[in-house]
Order: sequence, then structure tokens, then C-alpha cells
Amino acid sequence: MNGLDLVGPQLAVLVAAAIILLVDALLPDHRRIMPFIAIAGLIASALWTTSWVVRDDYQSAFGGTLSLDRYAVFFYYLFAGITVTVVLASIDWVNREGRGQGEYYMLVLITCSGLMFLSAARDLITIFVALEISSIPQYILAGWGKDARSSEAGLKYLMLGAIASALLLYGMALLYGVSGSTLLPEIATFVANEGAANRSLLIVAMVLLIAGFGFKMAVVPFQMWVPDVYQGAPTPVTAFLSVGSKAAAFAVVLRIFFEAFRADVVSDDWSMIFAVLAAASMILGNLMAIVQTDIKRMLGYSSIAQAGNFMVGLAAISVSGHEFTLGASAVLLFLATYAFTNLGAFVAIIAISQKIGSDQIKDYAGLWQRSPFLAAGLAFCLVSLTGIPPTAGFWAKMYIFNAGIRADLLWLVIIGVLSSLVSAFYYLSVARQMFLGASEETGKLRTSPAIGLSLSAAVVGVLVFGIVPMPLISAAEHAVTIFATK
Amino acid sequence: MHGAGPNLAFWVLAALTLVSAGGVMVSRNLLHAVLFLIVSFLGVAGFFILLSAPFLGMAQIIIYVGAIAVLVLFAILLTPRAGRDNGETRWAAPGVLLSIALMAVLLFVITDTKWTTAKDAPEITAADLGQALLSTWVLPFEIASVLLTAALIGSIMLVRSPEEEAEDALQ
Repeated sequence: MNGLDLVGPQLAVLVAAAIILLVDALLPDHRRIMPFIAIAGLIASALWTTSWVVRDDYQSAFGGTLSLDRYAVFFYYLFAGITVTVVLASIDWVNREGRGQGEYYMLVLITCSGLMFLSAARDLITIFVALEISSIPQYILAGWGKDARSSEAGLKYLMLGAIASALLLYGMALLYGVSGSTLLPEIATFVANEGAANRSLLIVAMVLLIAGFGFKMAVVPFQMWVPDVYQGAPTPVTAFLSVGSKAAAFAVVLRIFFEAFRADVVSDDWSMIFAVLAAASMILGNLMAIVQTDIKRMLGYSSIAQAGNFMVGLAAISVSGHEFTLGASAVLLFLATYAFTNLGAFVAIIAISQKIGSDQIKDYAGLWQRSPFLAAGLAFCLVSLTGIPPTAGFWAKMYIFNAGIRADLLWLVIIGVLSSLVSAFYYLSVARQMFLGASEETGKLRTSPAIGLSLSAAVVGVLVFGIVPMPLISAAEHAVTIFATK
Repeated sequence: MHGAGPNLAFWVLAALTLVSAGGVMVSRNLLHAVLFLIVSFLGVAGFFILLSAPFLGMAQIIIYVGAIAVLVLFAILLTPRAGRDNGETRWAAPGVLLSIALMAVLLFVITDTKWTTAKDAPEITAADLGQALLSTWVLPFEIASVLLTAALIGSIMLVRSPEEEAEDALQ
């Protein structure tokens, strides 16, 4: 690996973004090909990543600021897949909206490149720049719609995001000030050698880092933006930020805490913080989701609860030997299955709300008669989010709760299982509306090929990995081997 | 830092920065708040110069005072319907309490930490900074341009008026 090869996957995505802008400006009659340029760029990006895997060529690049390892590769694939699905799901909405088509796809692609950089960054400055590359386009996209709700979503997301970034920077500054380095491996050496004498500062720095990334992960108590932004942003954008920025935030937090703060002197502290946040997110997210009448708000609260589930894996580190990374691999497995399940649900919602013109759950009544495909697809994704076999969501929950039990976090797992039961109530009540409710309208709903393709891909993926979960589990376990055992 | 001169400069700059930062919050007129902010930025630039980093001090003045503060002033003056007052808030009292609590925690932590200090400030020239930006930090330096492109295009999209969009649709 050398030269351009080091940033090849991101470069492919960014070149596609530049071509889209040129097509938008120079060939206005051919705007319909823009989403396909985006998808071509993302496929090229995935192929480039594959060439590293085939050559078994992993390395540290740019003076250690970027680490192109198995872990980064896992997320490169994940983000390319997420972005392809989001582009497919956006086509109808963007064509109908009519304005700024090229800019829309460009911003989606730039976000994707930022997410990729974030998962590979191994240095605080690079992490921060990558985080902003993935955030600022999303603030803009959240305010893309013409209605007041969308503007409110964009503004709220921007303001609170700026505060989160400020907290994050403060934490990074403290960490750099005491350790004298921004590189994670050097910070790790400092924490291991002199961490005991500076424990109070390290704890404050960790709390600030968790607050900054917690905003992106949408965990309690940094979740107040979620319902308004999820509801107000255009639905394809909501789908993107509910999986993309959440997954990237977990990716970078795993890397920071499992690498820089792995020493015993602080690891119990952050494990405890994550356990408390996980419990609070699961309880509050699920309880608030029950009372929602708007499906995007409901999925917003459910995504808070799901983030709580992931966090069980972050807390589950108090085991030694080869099981040290068990929680980390559980988080990766859960992120991958959650990404496609949630995207599938949002794709169905995009198609449905375009046709029935409402996001209210009560308007979903009788959908089974009007569009069996959309109703079945949405129901299947909701079943997977609940964690019922034979879906991939079942294995993800099972694996992460297993990691919790191994790490003596039985109380947390009990909260997780109980809150999953609560979640079954609101997920399945949507399904009940669709299958058993009666609708006054009886006209059939037609779905476009792009929506059909992305929803089928998500459902097939969730089903296949629900029946044969081993490939995904071993990919997750393989990815976290970079955090060598303790 | 040795001697009375740098010590005196430190305390004067600290007072200047903190008092003007307080002024940003307290002044009820938004324009006054921005002017206080400029003084606070100048104080921070003074700290950089005091720490033997004159290049950073100049960059602080050119970027923060010269560009950002002026941009904020223009934004206030060119936004016709926006209120010019800094706004009252019911959360002032809890905010003050929270700040005091936070300050207590930070003071404890700062005194509790073994900071590594150098006896003499290292000589770092602008050339060294440029070297570092284009070697070790070349990646964040370069991808910052991606960030700026996205922010630029996005903000143009957000502020376009309906008339401009109608014109676009006709073409």
C-alpha cells in the first residue's frame, strides 16, 4: 500500500461526489444518472477495500493518524452498504423535491467519506476533522426540507451538535495536555505508565469524550435532539443519521476506549459509566417509544433504546484473556444487523408515507391489503428490531447479552431483556395496525423499483444472517482482533 | 515564565480575557457582546505571544478577530428581522450554579494533575508549523478542504430564496 492507495476507498466516494456536481452543472438533462454515479462510486470504494483484504495488506498510514486495519475495513464495508441503501431510498424523494439534486447526493457521499475516515482514524485531530466532515453535511441535510419542521430539525441538530463538539474538544485538549500526544497508542502508553497519578484528570477527559460522542450515539442523557430531528428531517436523511453517524460514533468510541484507555487503572471507571448510560438509555428509550403516535418519533426513541443495547457491549470488558474483546465484537455484530434492519424499516416508511402522506401510526391501518410487500417488509424489520428469531436481530441481542453475562453484568442484562419485552409491545403494535386494522382507503400502493430493491436487499440480509449468523459473527470477531487480548 | 514582567502580563491578560468573556454573557445588546468577544480573542492572542508562539498569536488575531468576529457583526447587521438583544433566560440562576460546580471540579482536577512542563519554551517557527502540517498532519490538513467544500455548498443551498429556485427550474 502506498500513495493514493491509502485513501482509495474515500477517494472513490469523493470523486463520485465531484462528478455528480459536474453533471448537475453541465448536463442538466441527464440528472437522472446522478444516483447511479453515487452508487458506482460506493461500489468502487468497496472493491478497493476488497483489494486490501485480498492482498492481506493492512497498515498504519500518515504518521499513524490513520490505521487501515481489519477493524476499519469492517466499517468501510458497512458504511458503503449503508450509503448505497440510503441513495436508493432517496431517489423518489429527491426527484419529487426537485431542488438541489446534485448537492443532495454530494452531501450524502461526503458524509460517507467522513464516516469512513472516522472509523480508521487513530489520532485525536484526525478523529475530530473526520467527525465534522460526517456531521456538517448531516446538519444541512436535516434542514433540507422546505417546511418549518425540517428547518427546526436542522437548526436544533446544528446547535446541539456544536455544543457536543465543544465538549469533545475540551476533553481532547485535556488529554493532549497531560499526555503530550494526540496519537492513541502514545496516549495508551501514558495511561498505562502514569495514569494512576493523573486519574482524576483522565476521568474528566473520558466523561467529556463520552458526552461528545454520546450526542452522536444518541444515548441518554444526550438524546434530547433525537425525537425532533428524526421527525422533522426528510425521512431518507433520518434513515441515514439513525444508522450512519450512530455506527461511526460507536466505531470511534470503541477504538479510543479499547486502545487508549485499556489500562486497568481507568478501564473499570469507563465500563461503569457505559453500564449506567446503557441502562438509562434502554429504560427511557423504550418507555418513551410506547406513547408515540408518529412512527418516525417512535423509531427515534427506539434508536435510543437500541444504542443502550449496543452500550452493554462497551460496558462488558471486565473479563480477561481472550474474552476481553467479546463485548467489542458483540457491538460490531449488533451495529451491522441494526444498520440494515433499521434501514429496511425506514425504506418501507419512506415508500408508505409518500403514498399515504402521513407518518401517523394510526394511518398505517389496513396496509396489508393495500401493499402486502411494504407491510410484510416493515413488519419483518420490526420483528428483527425486537430480537425475535429467525432474524439477525435475535443473534445480535443474544450475543451482546451473553457478553454482558460473562462480564458479571447480570443486572444490566436483566434490564436489557425486560426492556426488550417492552419494545415488543410498540414494535408489534405497528404490525398489528397494518395486518388487523381496517382502512377506509383500499387503493393499492405501487412501489418504485429503487425502493423495492433496497427493501428486499435489507429484508433478505436480515433473514439470511438470521438463519446463518456465523459469517457475520466471525467477521465481527476477526475485526476486533486488533484490540489484542489483555 | 520567569521574572515580574511575564507574571504581570499573565495576570493582566487573564483579567482582560475573563472580564470580557463575562461581558459577552452579561451585555444585553448583541453588538456589545460581539465587541466584548473581540477583546476576549485579543486576550487569548496575548497568551500565545506570552508562551513564545507569536505565529499562533498573529493567526488568532487575523482569523478570530479579523475574520470570525467581523463575520458575526455582518451577520447581525444583515439579518433584518432578527432581534438585536442578547435575550433574557429563566435559566440564568441554574446556569451560574452549574458553572460554579464545573469550575470547582476543573480546579480540583487541574491542581491534582502532574502536568509535564518544559523549562524553556521550544523554538517553533512558522516554517516548522508548515512542515508539520504537510508531513505528520497532512491527512487532517487535506481533508479539512472536503469539510469546507461541503459546508460552503450546503450553506448556499440552505439560504437560497424561493425566487432563485424558481429561476433555476426554468433553465
